[in-house]
Amino acid sequence: MSSPLVQLKQIHRRYPMPSTSLWTQPQALHALREVDLSITTGKNIAIVGESGSGKSTLARIIMALEKPDEGQVFFQGEDLHSLEPEQLRDRRQHFQMVFQDPYSSLDPRQRVETIVTEPLTGLDHITRSQRCDMAQEILSNVGLRSEDLQKYPHEFSGGQRQRIALARALITRPQLVVADEPLSALDVSVQAQMLNLMMDLQDLFGMTYLLISHDLAVVKHLCDDVCVMQKGQIVEQGSPHQLFTQPKHPCTQALVQAVTQ
Amino acid sequence: MSANNISLLRVNNLRVLVPTIAGNLQAVRGIDFNLNAGETLGLMGESGCGKSLTALALMGLLPQGSRASGEIWFQNQNLLQLNESQLCQLRGNRIAMIFQEPMTALNPVHTIGHQVAEPLRIHQQLSKRDALDRTAELLNRVGIDSSRHRIHAYPHQFSGGQRQRIMIAMALACSPDLLIADEPTTALDVTVAHKVLDLLHTLAEQNGMGLILISHDLGVMARHVQRIMVMYGGQIMEEGTTPSVLSRPAHPYTQGLMASRPHWNGQQSTYSSQSNSRPRLKNIPGQVPALHQMPLGCPFADRCTFAEYDCHRSLAPIRSLDQTHLMRCRKKV
Repeated sequence: MSSPLVQLKQIHRRYPMPSTSLWTQPQALHALREVDLSITTGKNIAIVGESGSGKSTLARIIMALEKPDEGQVFFQGEDLHSLEPEQLRDRRQHFQMVFQDPYSSLDPRQRVETIVTEPLTGLDHITRSQRCDMAQEILSNVGLRSEDLQKYPHEFSGGQRQRIALARALITRPQLVVADEPLSALDVSVQAQMLNLMMDLQDLFGMTYLLISHDLAVVKHLCDDVCVMQKGQIVEQGSPHQLFTQPKHPCTQALVQAVTQ
Repeated sequence: MSANNISLLRVNNLRVLVPTIAGNLQAVRGIDFNLNAGETLGLMGESGCGKSLTALALMGLLPQGSRASGEIWFQNQNLLQLNESQLCQLRGNRIAMIFQEPMTALNPVHTIGHQVAEPLRIHQQLSKRDALDRTAELLNRVGIDSSRHRIHAYPHQFSGGQRQRIMIAMALACSPDLLIADEPTTALDVTVAHKVLDLLHTLAEQNGMGLILISHDLGVMARHVQRIMVMYGGQIMEEGTTPSVLSRPAHPYTQGLMASRPHWNGQQSTYSSQSNSRPRLKNIPGQVPALHQMPLGCPFADRCTFAEYDCHRSLAPIRSLDQTHLMRCRKKV
């Protein structure tokens, strides 16, 4: 049994709510409570749940964009949140993220080359010419041409922009790619192209996906393991087949019922 | 089903011209359809195929500079010949629309009670108190807590899903005869989405309201509309009853759309963990042509595996496959 790629132990995250009165303590929103999760290399994992159930908070904590109030996040055995800032910056090349909206997640004033090579900034062993080669290579991997490096995001369609976002995430050859609803802003026929591309790239680079999605059919297609979240807790976990044919928790049942009816 | 044969809306040869750098271009290129009272019609297609412009043309809300031609008959009036004040009497009253973006479609400086009550006060001349009572009822119906302090809350105090339902309450305020819903549930969770759509199609059945639902989600279509129109490149490519279109899609574009969805009911994927590769989805190669690159013939020809020489030269005529199922394609069925 190999050690897990990512392990979350007893994660809690609370956000302060705006105070409603001068005389009472502001309440806290408990976004994550007692979350334990482990991700194995090569096994794609999906997080599903209603909006507000803590899926995105969980992703942000795994990406070390936010600190949990309690608990630890281990990435390849290292506690991410106790690392020095420089060490953490160095580790970030191993986990990258793709966001939901390809229209707002790419800087409109940067050329594709700048966007795609940004994760390489601060990795000191890479020279300028290497950066350029890497950018060309990754762009051809995601099905774009090397001329596209000099263009700006507005010159691309939604599906192409999401390819650029994927190229940016993959340029450092990460072990984990967190994708937060990567398909929901795309058209149906483009969704299929993108999903196929994600699978092709996984065969090529061997990374693991953590997919946040509400589309259970996509989850079933791409993932080996599914976590259902509700009110900040993981309420059910298992293989897609098991979960979607015999859902036990009412929350899973509601989700499955919504698709199958 | 009683109101079923009364024609509510009849669209003849509707064209929409939009101004672009390359001159005025046709984004909707001559579409015809009919909608009966109490009927639910789904308008399906990818972005840029003219769905939303068709909806806006029906509402008389086309963006500045765009022009619609053709005929839109609604309750014996041609909407395209009415002036603005006549349209204002219909909009929000007899014809209502639910917009795509719940985040921007509500006015941030008015309370939601004020906004939902507005059509009631204008079109039905209700007093402030009656309008608010009716508003509470409407909000209850779409599943929003209608207690006093929520009615007097502002849009930013609600979540995206709640705002979308407030929009729906607003559209339903005057019990319209025709409701156009442009991707009403893209911002909602699956569970809430189906509740909202159930409400819409129940209203259509009970009150004889005509419903045009715009979506690119096949699952939504299968469950909530009686008839489907598939649009591509500003034209209707296929039209028929929902079971007929979904079980026997005839146009290569519809077939492609259906094949590109991962199957929910499909067998547990056949890949073995040894080979370590998952089955790929079929997809439609290429992308929707831009308006200024619209080909001479069939707009789908460049992405179609069945395209013949003629397809690139001229548009195929509309053919009927059976009484209710039409398509615009040369392919043999």
